[in-house]
Amino acid sequence: MNTTNKILSVKHLSKIYNTLEGETNCLSDISFEVNEGDFITIIGPSGCGKSTILNIIAGLENKYQGNVNFTSNCEIGYMLQEHSLFDWLTVEENALLGLKIKKQLTKENINYVISLLKKYNLYEFKNSYPKNLSGGMKQRLALIRTLAFKPRILLLDEPFSALDYQSRLSVSDDVYKIIKNENKTAIMVSHDIAESISMSNKIIVLSKRPATIKNIHNINLSINKGPIENRKAKEFSTYYDQLWKEIDKND
Amino acid sequence: MTKEQKKFLKKQKIYKRLILITQVSLFIFLILIWQILSDKNIINSFITSSPRNIIKTLITLYKENNLFFHIYTTLKETLISFTLTTIISLIISILLYHYNFLSKVVEPYLIILGSMPKVALGPIIIIWIGANIKGIITMAILISIIVSIQSIYNGFIQTDKLKIKLLQTFKASKKKILLNVVIPSNKETIINTLKINISMCLIGVIMGEFLTSKAGIGYLILYGSQIFNLNLVMTGIFILLILSVILYYLLILFTKEKH
Ligand SMILES: Nc1ncnc2c1ncn2[C@@H]1O[C@H](COP(=O)(O)OP(=O)(O)O)[C@@H](O)[C@H]1O
Ligand SMILES: [Mg+2]
Repeated sequence: MNTTNKILSVKHLSKIYNTLEGETNCLSDISFEVNEGDFITIIGPSGCGKSTILNIIAGLENKYQGNVNFTSNCEIGYMLQEHSLFDWLTVEENALLGLKIKKQLTKENINYVISLLKKYNLYEFKNSYPKNLSGGMKQRLALIRTLAFKPRILLLDEPFSALDYQSRLSVSDDVYKIIKNENKTAIMVSHDIAESISMSNKIIVLSKRPATIKNIHNINLSINKGPIENRKAKEFSTYYDQLWKEIDKND
Repeated sequence: MTKEQKKFLKKQKIYKRLILITQVSLFIFLILIWQILSDKNIINSFITSSPRNIIKTLITLYKENNLFFHIYTTLKETLISFTLTTIISLIISILLYHYNFLSKVVEPYLIILGSMPKVALGPIIIIWIGANIKGIITMAILISIIVSIQSIYNGFIQTDKLKIKLLQTFKASKKKILLNVVIPSNKETIINTLKINISMCLIGVIMGEFLTSKAGIGYLILYGSQIFNLNLVMTGIFILLILSVILYYLLILFTKEKH
């Protein structure tokens, strides 16, 4: 799995929001590279511009300076801050929503989604509605909806922020394993240091606004068994201390 | 189920039934009091009418083949104006949602029209549209449509931004966002607006019939008061009461969730 194929490069990204209230200088000269199979976490104080970076990569934000280059033509899946399931659609309809919108409801794609639902224990609920699912199941469903059109890169914007601490741990474990299982490259935004270390091989630390890159850490843990187990690695606390010192605190 | 739970459920059931029984008895009691007071001439039944007289009037109307004709007239006018109000206000709300510039331009006009007592326009409508069913329907639409547009449009613009963003990540067009997020997530708002519309339309139709008509419940009430036949007036009001309740529950029935 040690491929080092570059899949995405972000160069000298800057972003200013103009509003009636004034200018918000949001990003300033952000550059980083993403390799196939990477799990990169972007961490920084809230409001520094993390979501903005993902929005630009996803093509939702067109006014910016700098370059975002994909080395090959690849689909991007974006998992938003909340699961945003549609409560008027069934579990299966929710999972197929992206395909329906993109007009890609082919037999092959539908079968793929059904196989994902089966694999990740949601198939038996395919005709129920999201309100009947647990927090973790909702998150898995949102992830399957994102995986449905087989994106190579996944963007995850604080995917666990709506969950309580206990489910947060187990859901992050679920999500991590699904992403690794399906061989996806992931860029996740987080403001949780422990979560970042336990999930990623690279952590990009941003300063407070306007966000600049303070440091990029390569994470190498002696344990590689998913977010919960990884926390037991002996290097964990070293990384933690390092990052804790580095991150700007909102005070 | 545990014993305690069974006991609890039973208690709740009895409580609910008690409320219903009290409601029905209260109704019967008031009707009886009304009847008795007018029988004993404590109240003047020439002015207040009485339950018995209302029933008599209903029977007379029915025998003269007038009862269902008047109900039909009012019902027809109400349903036509309700349908038109619903369709037009949905279309206008969609346009306002789609064209931000338009909605900003129209906003003060909507507020002014919304706060104005539309009944005042009655005489003009009759002159412009005519003293006929078209005038009555216009009246009803005018009374209901502004509020209808405002509440549907407000629902639209309060749609969950994250759900819209989600569709944007799927590269959805504005039309698809409207059809897949904005309208379905406002189903509740739209249904509630329909409930308001149906009663507003009924109000508008009766207003219209007061102003100009040869038929309908509004006509019945107005005619009754002109010839000082309070039985007819009360009967009209009674029919109206029943009609509005039926319309309201029909609407609930039609819009009920299937799952
Ligand atoms: N559409 C927008 N218009 C104006 N300002 C915005 C917009 N989106 C975000 N911002 C501002 O840019 C800054 C960074 O936002 P965001 O990327 O959401 O931060 P983060 O995800 O790190 O919390 C914030 O101060 C926010 O108020
Ligand atoms: Mg954010």
